[in-house]
Amino acid sequence: MIVEKIRGGNENGDSFPVGMRVLAVDDDPICLKLLETLLRKCQYHGMFFSLIGIQDSSDFNWDAQCTSFPLFHEFLVLDFVDPIVQPSKLLVLGAFERFWFSFTFPFRFIDCLVQARMALKMLRENKDRFDLVISDVHMPDMDGFKLLELVGLEMDLPVIMLSANGDPKLVMKGVTHGACDYLVKPVRIEELRNIWQHVIRRTKCDSKNQNKSADQVKANPAIVEGQGSPVAGNADQNGKINRKRKDEEDESEDGNESEDPSTQKKPRVVWSIELHRKFVGAVNQLGIEKAVPKKILDLMNVEGLTRENVASHLQALIFPSLKYRLYLKRISSVATQQANMAAALGVKDSPFMRIGPFEGLGDFRTLAGPGRLTNAALSHYSTGGMLGRLNTPANVNLRNLTPSPFIQPSHAQNPNNSITTLGKIHPSLQPANQNPSLFQGIPSSLELDQLQQNNCATGIANFNGVDDSRLLGNQSNVLNGTPSNTMVLNGKYQQTLNSGGFGNQSFNVGVDGSPNLLNPSAIESSRMQPNSLLSNEPFQLPMNSARDNNFSSVPYLQNNPIDISSSTMALPLEDSREMQYQEGLVGDVSQTPSQRWGEQGMNYCHGSKIAYGSLNSHLPANEIMNEKMGVVVNGILGGGGSNLMQQKENEILGTQLRGRAEDNFLLEQQPKLQGGFVPRSFDSLDDMMNAMIKREHDETLPNCDFGFDGYSFGAGI
Amino acid sequence: MKRALCPVCSGSIDEQFLQLQQLQDESSPNFVSEVVNIYFHESEKLLRNLREDCLVVVDKEFSDYKKMGIHLNQFMGSSSSIGAQRVRNVCVAFRAASEQNNRAGCLRALELLEYEYCYLKNKLHELFQIEQQRILAAGVRYPQQPNNP
Repeated sequence: MIVEKIRGGNENGDSFPVGMRVLAVDDDPICLKLLETLLRKCQYHGMFFSLIGIQDSSDFNWDAQCTSFPLFHEFLVLDFVDPIVQPSKLLVLGAFERFWFSFTFPFRFIDCLVQARMALKMLRENKDRFDLVISDVHMPDMDGFKLLELVGLEMDLPVIMLSANGDPKLVMKGVTHGACDYLVKPVRIEELRNIWQHVIRRTKCDSKNQNKSADQVKANPAIVEGQGSPVAGNADQNGKINRKRKDEEDESEDGNESEDPSTQKKPRVVWSIELHRKFVGAVNQLGIEKAVPKKILDLMNVEGLTRENVASHLQALIFPSLKYRLYLKRISSVATQQANMAAALGVKDSPFMRIGPFEGLGDFRTLAGPGRLTNAALSHYSTGGMLGRLNTPANVNLRNLTPSPFIQPSHAQNPNNSITTLGKIHPSLQPANQNPSLFQGIPSSLELDQLQQNNCATGIANFNGVDDSRLLGNQSNVLNGTPSNTMVLNGKYQQTLNSGGFGNQSFNVGVDGSPNLLNPSAIESSRMQPNSLLSNEPFQLPMNSARDNNFSSVPYLQNNPIDISSSTMALPLEDSREMQYQEGLVGDVSQTPSQRWGEQGMNYCHGSKIAYGSLNSHLPANEIMNEKMGVVVNGILGGGGSNLMQQKENEILGTQLRGRAEDNFLLEQQPKLQGGFVPRSFDSLDDMMNAMIKREHDETLPNCDFGFDGYSFGAGI
Repeated sequence: MKRALCPVCSGSIDEQFLQLQQLQDESSPNFVSEVVNIYFHESEKLLRNLREDCLVVVDKEFSDYKKMGIHLNQFMGSSSSIGAQRVRNVCVAFRAASEQNNRAGCLRALELLEYEYCYLKNKLHELFQIEQQRILAAGVRYPQQPNNP
């Protein structure tokens, strides 16, 4: 279960616990229901995922059964198809209804699946959606510890483990994997009343860390779990480590001893470029299979370097957000990149395959790959002594990055931004934060670190800020306002949107996409924008599927901030799968745009089935549109009634797209991607190239982050 | 519901159940019955699974026991969440037997588990019936709480 907390209220300790958002994942519906009630008593807001069968969305099948997953990306609503009267299902429904007023979705449960995965995806999509996660240890679809590590690494959310088994060994395991706390069933309300402390603690540490310059190399007294030499100057990492330490210290109530056995402080080793070059050379020499720290150490032949240092560095390579990010900052030369790539290749295959950042150095293609892999890598690595919960927003970002090559760099906060750097459609939009050297995707990771919150939404907001805020200005607000699942999707979508050049605008769409979460007010705000931009025209499109037209047009049209957002969502939808994604997004987006356009008909916020239903129906439309527009389907959105004047838009887009025929082509080619492949307008050949590369990656990468094992590393290069 | 009611007295239910009752309020008027119904539903499933696992299991076969352990863990969690004390205790014994890969022990524990579960179910049904009658007698309109078989 993941607990979400309203970020805004963090600083205010008094009111904070109230309204803290918790996401709970458990396969036991009884416990889930109990938790729901208990959390409600504590005045937390929760979203509860019981393990009910929902088809794995990894194949993105938009058949009747597999509706939930893509919607997940929309983050707002799980796709409910039919109300299924079963206690567990009712439970979830109830939880939704209670906490998400706009929800009323009938659920269709299919067997087995991945609730934990869904929860994870949801988390990924909107990092700012939840404050805390409560997760069961034993779950059918995913090991609770694995989820714990992933959440900790990617989202840096406090995770509380829950189990009927109070075995100290398990408790220890939980702690070592980074859990903030370990509760034993039955859960009592007194225990839950105190869980907010973990959120506050983490937030405080985060803010402290964020204040420090990431480049600043500080003597890091923090204790890295099992690592003797943390990445130098990685404030985030330090922050995390510090936090971890504090969390560990605070876990006395459970009787858990301090989890970090290597509390010893070791002198930090700064991995200079030279050192890293040697490291890479050694790794290359040894080959992937044989690149063990000991041998690497021997080959490097550096005085004062210990095996632990090397191991840590090797491990850090797996998490791009750590050392790699830092490294990237220091190195911007292509040669280095090549070395990195080689190193990445040379390093142990499975974890390394995932190391995207190396590839990505300056190469968007590579980014695409690693981005995705990171998650996989992380999970892969979780068992190892990985650095506790290293927040690797980069990982997450990378994911986001891949979809949108054009993402506007807008904000550091906006992980997506990093991606946008690639696209750089609107240089003006590029935020100052962006680190040009990092470029493709890397910057996003950097930015992410700083942000600590990979809120796509925030990114979106940022985008707006960066952007001329023409349209998106409001949108960003809207986005921020909409806690919805913009999550990862947002990031992705944003990027795609940016590609449209609007960057700002589209992002919002992603965010807004989650119709469920969209607050009416948020929608309103978004509405504002479009008006300004659009000449109030024909946005009153009939409710036909909003499709891409609207959205795609947005990016192209720079007038439609709304479109962009919506389009972004729709854009990437090439395949039906994409469409699904889009649908999720579209739903959200469409909502926004529709709202903007005064389409009040659709009730996006509610994420009503109508919207979704329409989305589905739009699928085919989208495809058609894609052909026309070259934009991924927005059709899904269309369901929402965002009937943005498709026809008109299409036309407009058509003309505009002409200029971007190539882009469209690319967009079409691009498979839908798990995260949020948002179609983007490619402004330059490079972008297109990147998109194509990405497409390759996308195609190879399954939608599901977890399942990513077969990623061919070489493909990215 | 008073503490003096049978299930609690006999030890089938512990104070966790009382906590459940306390959680029931205006905003969730049927909380307890809903939870209990869910529990019954899930328990039937789990017990069936456990029965299958026990029959399938072969001594020293880790994977079979692992599966059993998973079902058992879930059953234990839900039982403890609802306050089914005796059921939970039997689950603990069951888990010990399964960890030792003791097939005979598992079978015995399973039988005991089924017995305790049936007992609990009956008691809870009685409890609900009494509660309903009480409400009817008080003339308060109360939503019908179906008693799951």
